[in-house]
Amino acid sequence: MSGHNHGDDGVSRRKVLECMTWAGTGVLWTITGGVPRSLGIIDSAQAATAAAPGMTFLQISDSHVGFDKPANPNALGTLEEAINKINAMPAKPSFMIHTGDITHLSKAAEFDNADRIISQSKLDVHYVPGEHDFLDEEVKFYRERYGRGTKGQGWYSFDAGGVHFIGLVNVVDLKAGGLGNLGAEQLAWLEDDLRGKSKSMPIVLFAHIPLWTVYPEWGWGTEDGGRALEYVKGFGSVTVLNGHIHQVMQKVEGNVTFHTARSTAFPQPAPGAAPSPGPMKVEDAKLRAMLGVASVNFKQNEQRLAIIDTPLQG
Amino acid sequence: MKTLNRRDFGVDLGLALAAAVLLPATTARADDNMEVHIDNFVFQPAELKIKPGSTVTWTNRDDIPHTVVSAGKFRSKTLDTDDKFSFTFTNAGDYKYFCSLHPHMTGMIKVE
Repeated sequence: MSGHNHGDDGVSRRKVLECMTWAGTGVLWTITGGVPRSLGIIDSAQAATAAAPGMTFLQISDSHVGFDKPANPNALGTLEEAINKINAMPAKPSFMIHTGDITHLSKAAEFDNADRIISQSKLDVHYVPGEHDFLDEEVKFYRERYGRGTKGQGWYSFDAGGVHFIGLVNVVDLKAGGLGNLGAEQLAWLEDDLRGKSKSMPIVLFAHIPLWTVYPEWGWGTEDGGRALEYVKGFGSVTVLNGHIHQVMQKVEGNVTFHTARSTAFPQPAPGAAPSPGPMKVEDAKLRAMLGVASVNFKQNEQRLAIIDTPLQG
Repeated sequence: MKTLNRRDFGVDLGLALAAAVLLPATTARADDNMEVHIDNFVFQPAELKIKPGSTVTWTNRDDIPHTVVSAGKFRSKTLDTDDKFSFTFTNAGDYKYFCSLHPHMTGMIKVE
């Protein structure tokens, strides 16, 4: 009808569903000349290009260890598959970040299982919490494991490869009717942390819930995320990495690149494409076929970044 | 008093007695135990009118955990799939509540 190849609605709908169901294993980031580029991690041919000069790091997200519902009865298993793929990469990344929802229900055993699998990567892992990591009665399991040396509810910064990394927490003290929340204390710390930094130093901000407004109807955004972005405005290269929405989404605004990573556990629908943002059930074969097959390229000499979604199978 | 069965007795004697006299017993019971379901990240019904002394039970029917929180009034533990939380409202008033994990989920219990 519209002149493209797929004349019927069924095919179009299937294609739309394909786009909605990315549940990749992670994103490989490489920094060359101060500009982060991301490469699909699962395709080893692509991963080989990570051997290019510069620093490489990985992002994984939303492993939801303990999740066992129909959308993926074995979230621990798919996390392990993701780690196995990372271990099979020819170029070893410098480290990994995990952008939260390590566990599904913050049970001690879930944290232990997650750590047992993720540690097999033998990489340093820098975590930020998701809302699913603060569910235990005393809210201590995450902090005991990953809170050491952090400020407030778990925020911190570090330098690696000439890049300044800032891990933020936007899943605490959420207000009725609102979105993710950083809070005044964390924003004051952030402003202070950035003070005196060279404007030419690349900045990577990472947090669980998107710092920009993706879809407020589903809570996909951060109430005071705009304040954080004001503090990084003058910097030449800013990359904002988030999880939470279990799908790749990105935009570029001036010098700021926003990107969300896929989950290793289950896909979630595209904004507004389902009655709710809950786990999306797809055929098992389809879920596996979609793991890790999307790659995102930050082309060094272009402002806009390109997404290449290539299924491994089928 | 003979018209009161054991179930009515003890929930709210005054209400049950009045109801037994003025209303069919089934209506009184419906008011005493109210249900809110969580489906697709929505509290249903979003607004519920109840009488003082009534108990509301929330049931999470999503594949994702939720909570039921009314600032300073009540706070459920994390409700996994099919978990329930009950609260008995003794005082009249408007009780706004939300899910502390997904704060766009809000609801209201009107006790009058």
